[in-house]
Amino acid sequence: MSGARRRRSLTGYYLLLPGMLWLLLFFAVPTIQLGATSLYDQNGSLDTGYAMTWSFGNYIDALSDYRAPFLRSLLYATSATVLALLLAYPLAYAIAFKAGRWKNLMLVLVIAPFFTSFLVRTLAWKSILSDNGFVVSTLQALHILAPDGRLLATCVAVITGLTYNFLPFMVLPLYASLEKIDLRLIEAGKDLYANGFTAFRKITLPLSMPGVVAGTLLTFIPAAGDYINTKLLGTPAQNMIGNVIDNLFLVQLNYPIAAACSVILMVVIVLMVLVYVRRAGTEELV
Amino acid sequence: MSALQRTGRWVTDHLVMVVAMLVLLYMFLPIFFVVLMSFNEPASKLSYEFDAFTLDNWLHPCQQSGMCESVVTSLQIGFLATVVATLLGTLVAFALARHRFRGRAGTSLLIFLPMATPEVVMGSSLLALFSSAGLAGSLGFWSILVAHIMFCLSFVVVTVKARLAGLDADYEQAAMDLYANEWQTFWRITFPLVFPGILAAALLSFSLSFDDFIVTNFNHGNTITFPMYVWGSAQRGIPPQVNVVGTVMFLLALALVLGGSVFQRRRPA
Repeated sequence: MSGARRRRSLTGYYLLLPGMLWLLLFFAVPTIQLGATSLYDQNGSLDTGYAMTWSFGNYIDALSDYRAPFLRSLLYATSATVLALLLAYPLAYAIAFKAGRWKNLMLVLVIAPFFTSFLVRTLAWKSILSDNGFVVSTLQALHILAPDGRLLATCVAVITGLTYNFLPFMVLPLYASLEKIDLRLIEAGKDLYANGFTAFRKITLPLSMPGVVAGTLLTFIPAAGDYINTKLLGTPAQNMIGNVIDNLFLVQLNYPIAAACSVILMVVIVLMVLVYVRRAGTEELV
Repeated sequence: MSALQRTGRWVTDHLVMVVAMLVLLYMFLPIFFVVLMSFNEPASKLSYEFDAFTLDNWLHPCQQSGMCESVVTSLQIGFLATVVATLLGTLVAFALARHRFRGRAGTSLLIFLPMATPEVVMGSSLLALFSSAGLAGSLGFWSILVAHIMFCLSFVVVTVKARLAGLDADYEQAAMDLYANEWQTFWRITFPLVFPGILAAALLSFSLSFDDFIVTNFNHGNTITFPMYVWGSAQRGIPPQVNVVGTVMFLLALALVLGGSVFQRRRPA
């Protein structure tokens, strides 16, 4: 739309005001407050109140105490994102180019499983991967898993759950960007003697990059902060940083260190997003 | 094209579809289990395997104390959060797409950041804010609602804005040329055209709110939503009725989406 048609008046501000005020009050202010909390004196408590001592040492404590969960979060989230991309790309490709009149139905089928509750779905994985279930017995029969081997309470179960739970966030943006591709470009490539694979590598894949970037981010961000999959499918040995933050805030009531962990998680994610978006190169996301 | 090439092409053409079907199957695997387990009579409280067939869970879904109440609470919060977030978010989307104002970059950032922030960070920072305001003791329905409206807002803005951006402003221009005033143009032209986007945003908000566990877990006080109920009972054994609720939600959503697409096909946009 041309800029000239945008009206310049107070109306715009009135329209923005309630929504932005809500985000300011309940998102921006708490986030700043969280930053402040991360610098409070650890010796305070909820009852006596915390003293603001600019304790940057909280960050060192958080990093040294919880380095393993931090690294595990990044590792699990990265694995889940890569797996989700590998699963979602053929699906999105098939919906965009091969489904024909079944396109809408397939899109509905992609979203439908995710209307059952997140927790109920994750608990279903607990049944699927259970020790006497068909997955474990098949893997044992194939000698991929030892006779007493299990999947539950391992990182395999946690990564499976993470991959599964965030898959639609990968499929939908991929589909959206694949669907926009002008098929004539691919035909032109083939006319110029590119074979199917070369045409895919040089035309389809680069043109679908915005979808790959958006899907990767939408999968990685919630996966890195998740703690439900670990809690339900894993054990404390698979604790991710979300479990640590949850525990520090709600059980140990150590707000300063919990806040420091949250800030680190957020900063790491924002930095990774910035680097990734810059390298992959894509249009503005909002 | 040689026969070999032709078979090669057939395989590659259909390979994608076969892989896609397998991935869809993977996506539906847990749903089969949810439906299956809704007919399960568990041998023990902590059993996650199918033990015996029963219809009891479907006949007496509210037998487990607290479960149906938690579903009602979730429906109430989901409904209110959807109404408020859709209203506020749609206004913001219109401002972004149709109006000029100062501070556009900051506004976009404030809308984008909540979507890029892990839920655990959002939930815990709200809790830190509420406790420093001395409200830690009175958390409950209202604080869950405030939080849900907050994280639904950005998704509404993005969804409605996408629909607005795809609309040709010429329709509005044409209405104005035919002496419609701004109010008439909005209600007769713009709103009906944007409505599918608003509806999609509302559906998205409702499912985000109804399904939210992490943010709620930090700010729920003593109020139990359905995900909170499932979480609480996961420690002492999941009642099979939980799977009845899961199945019903799945069927309702499927009916809604399929019904919606049939309805849209009948009324050309």
